[in-house]
Amino acid sequence: MDLPAPRRELSIVLRVNGTEHRLALDARTTLLDALRDHLHLTGTKKGCELGQCGACTVLRDGRRIKACLTLAVMQGDAEILTIEGLAREGDLHPVQAAFVEHDGLQCGYCTPGQIMSAVGLLREGRAGSDDEIREFMSGNLCRCGAYTNIVAAVRQAAAA
Amino acid sequence: MPFAYAAAPSAPAAIRHVAQGRGAEFIAGGTDMLQLLQEGVRSPSELIDINRLPMTAIDVGPQGARLGALARMADVADDRRIREQFPVVAEALLASASPQVRNMASIGGNLLQRTRCLYFRDVATPCNRREPGTGCPALDGENRLNAILGGSPHCIATYPGDLAVALVALDAEVHVEGAGGERTIPVERLHRLPEDAPHVETVLEPGDLITAVTIPAAAHARRSHYLKVRDRGSFEFALASAAVALDVEGATIRAARVAVGGVATVPWRLRHVEEALAGRPLEAGTLHEAARRSADGAEPRGRNAFKVALLPRTVERALRTVGGLA
Repeated sequence: MDLPAPRRELSIVLRVNGTEHRLALDARTTLLDALRDHLHLTGTKKGCELGQCGACTVLRDGRRIKACLTLAVMQGDAEILTIEGLAREGDLHPVQAAFVEHDGLQCGYCTPGQIMSAVGLLREGRAGSDDEIREFMSGNLCRCGAYTNIVAAVRQAAAA
Repeated sequence: MPFAYAAAPSAPAAIRHVAQGRGAEFIAGGTDMLQLLQEGVRSPSELIDINRLPMTAIDVGPQGARLGALARMADVADDRRIREQFPVVAEALLASASPQVRNMASIGGNLLQRTRCLYFRDVATPCNRREPGTGCPALDGENRLNAILGGSPHCIATYPGDLAVALVALDAEVHVEGAGGERTIPVERLHRLPEDAPHVETVLEPGDLITAVTIPAAAHARRSHYLKVRDRGSFEFALASAAVALDVEGATIRAARVAVGGVATVPWRLRHVEEALAGRPLEAGTLHEAARRSADGAEPRGRNAFKVALLPRTVERALRTVGGLA
């Protein structure tokens, strides 16, 4: 099979939160920019754009990734879940409810990424202890320093 | 810079295209490539996506392990067979990056990640590795993170990875498919010393595609360990790291493997330390005397001088852990 001609503009189908979207994108568009600027799903936050802060964490096929470190055109086969798709029919996801209960935030900017990362962590089975939660949440920075309450929220969600 | 993109339907198609040498590059997990694009460090004319190629399998048998180049770091780190038979590999992977990045990054791409030298990543400064002939400000500048081993008057950038250090300790090989056919390269010979051409980082040619990594089964591999010392407890590159493996019979070390990271321009094997361990009694004194020579030949450049003391201690602690003397 030959390689299709490389293109600077591509038409792709992006599946996000259970809905298919047909998008015409510059090849350079990150998944993060496609979500925010093209689909207007601004819950996924842009922090560093270098994979260092975790504010853009989403799930791809159930696994947490950083949306700033991948091109949207590379995600045509994937199912993306963002913070907007987490609650079910108005009921908060257990991780969202735990963040509310434990005040796992201050300014809130990192929170969607923290929550999506915690959902991924629980699926990976990495909430065995507070130390394990800290280690496996280390890809998400909180400049307000709400870490104590974030760990408490993840611990509670793991027990739910 | 704009680039064009295509997803490769087969390895030969991808290899043929990139081998033309017209500025096309492979992209796999993309976690380092996207950073380099954002920072303007790299500007490929085309990115050829290899993620659909069937190279994700992790096979473990009596001969050893075969990691498909597109296996994700997290998949290998979590594989029970890898954790049992090659713990240094699983530990090196778990000490790398963040959980999100480990879900994205491929094994082949991880080996080819570029240095974190501040000057390489900052296009406003000169850098021989990024732009040949422009100079190396790290030699007398902000070089706390830079290499004390394997440097040259043109570059002292540290090889940043963990996995490659573990693989070098275990005599692993990379399998490469290229325009000229298939070949096998020891991981230890994949990366080139900077010498007078720091921009040529590996022995790979345009179009060469890493398809798999193989790790031979060995008694020492089962008794192996990775220790990473860094500025913070998680999600940080190494200041010094040690991949160690011991084959012990009774109270005697039959064979040892030691490689180090965070201190050298390429993944760095310490054969003289291994020789100082082989055939000796497994006791604290043996480990101390062998590890003491870890930084032999080091050429510190100022702010990185602390690594000359840190490296032997890192190696000794890793050896004590794997030797049951911690």
